[in-house]
Amino acid sequence: MHSICLYLHVHQPFRYRKYTVFDAGNNTNYWNDPNYDSKQNNERIFKKVAKKSYYPTFELIEKNLKAHPGFKISLSITGTWLEQAELWAPDLIEKIKELVKTGRVEIIGETYYHSLAFFYDKEEFEAQVKLHAEKIKSLFGVTPKVFRNTELAYNDDLAKWADEAGYKGILAEGWDKVLGWRSSNHVYRPYNCEKIRLLLKNYRLSDDIAFRFSDKNWPEWPLTVEKYKSWLETDIFRGDLINLFMDFETFGEHQWADTGIFSFMDRLISSWLENKENQFVTVSEACDLEDPADEISMPKTVTWADTERDLSAWTGNQMQKEALTLLYELKEKVLESDNKSLIEDFRRLTTSDQAYYMCTKYWNDGDVHAYFSAYDTPYDAFMYYMNVLRDIEVRLTN
Amino acid sequence: MVDMKILMLGWELPPHNSGGLGVACLNLSRALAKQGADIDFIVPYTAKHEKIDFMNVLSAMPIDPLLRFGGAYDSEHVSERLIPTTLTKSNAISIREIQEKYCDFVEKYLMEFKPDVVHAHDWLTFEAGILAKKNFGIPLIAHVHATEYDRSGMNGGNSLVHDIEKEALMLADKIFAVSEITKRIIHEKYGIPLDKIEVAYNSLDEDFIRSAYKFDESEYSYVEKLKNLGYTVISTVGRFTIQKGLWHFMRAAKKALEKNPKLIFIFAGDGEERNELIEQAANLGISKNVLFTGFIRGKQLRDIYSISDIFVMSSVSEPFGLTALEAAHHGDVLIITKQSGVSEVLHSALRYDYWDEERLADQIVSVAKSVALKETLKNEIKSEYLKISWDDVAKKCMKAYNGVKKHKRKS
Repeated sequence: MHSICLYLHVHQPFRYRKYTVFDAGNNTNYWNDPNYDSKQNNERIFKKVAKKSYYPTFELIEKNLKAHPGFKISLSITGTWLEQAELWAPDLIEKIKELVKTGRVEIIGETYYHSLAFFYDKEEFEAQVKLHAEKIKSLFGVTPKVFRNTELAYNDDLAKWADEAGYKGILAEGWDKVLGWRSSNHVYRPYNCEKIRLLLKNYRLSDDIAFRFSDKNWPEWPLTVEKYKSWLETDIFRGDLINLFMDFETFGEHQWADTGIFSFMDRLISSWLENKENQFVTVSEACDLEDPADEISMPKTVTWADTERDLSAWTGNQMQKEALTLLYELKEKVLESDNKSLIEDFRRLTTSDQAYYMCTKYWNDGDVHAYFSAYDTPYDAFMYYMNVLRDIEVRLTN
Repeated sequence: MVDMKILMLGWELPPHNSGGLGVACLNLSRALAKQGADIDFIVPYTAKHEKIDFMNVLSAMPIDPLLRFGGAYDSEHVSERLIPTTLTKSNAISIREIQEKYCDFVEKYLMEFKPDVVHAHDWLTFEAGILAKKNFGIPLIAHVHATEYDRSGMNGGNSLVHDIEKEALMLADKIFAVSEITKRIIHEKYGIPLDKIEVAYNSLDEDFIRSAYKFDESEYSYVEKLKNLGYTVISTVGRFTIQKGLWHFMRAAKKALEKNPKLIFIFAGDGEERNELIEQAANLGISKNVLFTGFIRGKQLRDIYSISDIFVMSSVSEPFGLTALEAAHHGDVLIITKQSGVSEVLHSALRYDYWDEERLADQIVSVAKSVALKETLKNEIKSEYLKISWDDVAKKCMKAYNGVKKHKRKS
């Protein structure tokens, strides 16, 4: 059988508002920008993306689950997204509940706060993974069996951790530099692990949809279902499993509705299933498809970001390093405080997006248009973030 | 009533100023008006100056005040259309274009009115001053608050700006420089004879002294809490440009923190170097001890002075340095570079060469450590900054006006 493992990542961070030194020590309102139109207003952004992407995409998924018994999909949904949905679009939560009930929608485990805690503080990482599992259980009644780390940041240590934690599978980028002649279209065994299986993103075919679909400078534009299906069929020669991993917001937000992305996906699903040899699998099912083709080792952290596939977009510059170091230094005291809102504020600051806003990699290229951020500059982002940290320190001394 | 009609050419007036130039122009004009001068003051932009009732403020064109871009201090990008406006098709205008329109307006004004003297402030209005002198024969007073050498951190700067300065300084009947340092630059770099240049030190903004102000510590709650924990607060206020020597200051901050971690540095202001400074602090690993407030004015600015123990003026070249007087007025210990004009009038301040980071670090740590040193410096300086007054500057100006004035006005 030829399998597509379609997995979409659903996430929204809590953006901190333009929190100045005049706010520090005076108020603890980091997350609610009184100005509805501001770039940091979480409610406005969530509702906007919900309208453009969440509602139509979940509808598309629902429709295909009903129409095709063979359609399956996996989702990773962060805790911060779920909280925002509970506040501003509770019907989306109800919709996901229904989808999960079909048994053909698998929820993947991760950190509640979409953090990079694994690389800074194992205890905090485990606490956030547990929080996430509890949240998923309480809302959807299921326990995640497959794990993905924030930004698909993966290394051998993480695999070992997931293996010991009892996960059946773990996700990573299918990066050529690691794979060499091996193909991402197989199931692998992570280095030094016995039970757990490694699924690798087929980044070419994933990115054809996620990044290049509407790019008119791309020689393959416009991408038709027929063309893409022929690529899938050719790629199957490299292995029977095609892992299409991408952001949920690919549909409607990164690729707007008017690019034809929704009808493309709709038709792709039915067109793929026309052939009896073809199927969709969830991530758990993918792990069971075949015996591991090989053992794979990634001693250095690999992510699904940028051409470097590393963490440099989050921890590449000194501002990011300083901000994250100072943040995690506060952890012990924050947890000791036993103050629920303080702990929540602290954990929202661990969300990887916060560090990403301080990224100067593209900024220095002058490619500001390609640069997407909630703040005017990475420097502004850093300044406000530091002021929030300062306020948290004040709260700890009170 | 003194028989004196003055045309002042300036670029900004409070509250539409981005720095000390506007403050100086306002206070000088007010002191002159007190002595009976009849002043028409032309600014390039259109805005209300509600508190100014002692002279006529005339607007040269319908544009907004030039705060962030095209303020009085950017002499590098003068031909780039950076200033938003509806006057042009491209919806943006350059400083050079504003200067052109400013000159047109001054020309129109002079066809109608005949002032006794034209008093022009800095290169931005010097072309209009030259026009008044050449085409209308009005005596020209050139007032130098900063030269292109200062603005470029003594790197020579924009040669176009330099040439405009030179022509005006040559043509001027009399030149006022805000300090001996500036006087020397005018003499050495522009070849102007010393006897044509007179020093007129700036003084404290009268609005600072007169207006009711009460320090509200809750504005800077975070800093206040650190102070209670024994931290010393060191601040600097100004435009973040190369002229201000803030890179050296930041490195000195790092050195000082190595000796005494209980220091908090406040960088108040904004400017082209802001992002680099934020990054520099992170690179040095001291971001936690460095606060950036953004551009502030009025009460928030005064609160900065009030909450600070030490005020640092780190300028590579500072013709005068009004902020040092303001800080002293609010009880700060001053640490200022020897390259600043204000150090000619203030003696109870610690001084250092702008490049001498070790020395600055040492001075900061010393003041933080010694209550005696801090209190002495703080108290002594009070008697010094109050000695200089705008009335004295106005008297000097009146004397100069009388010296160059051509005819008696018929009343």
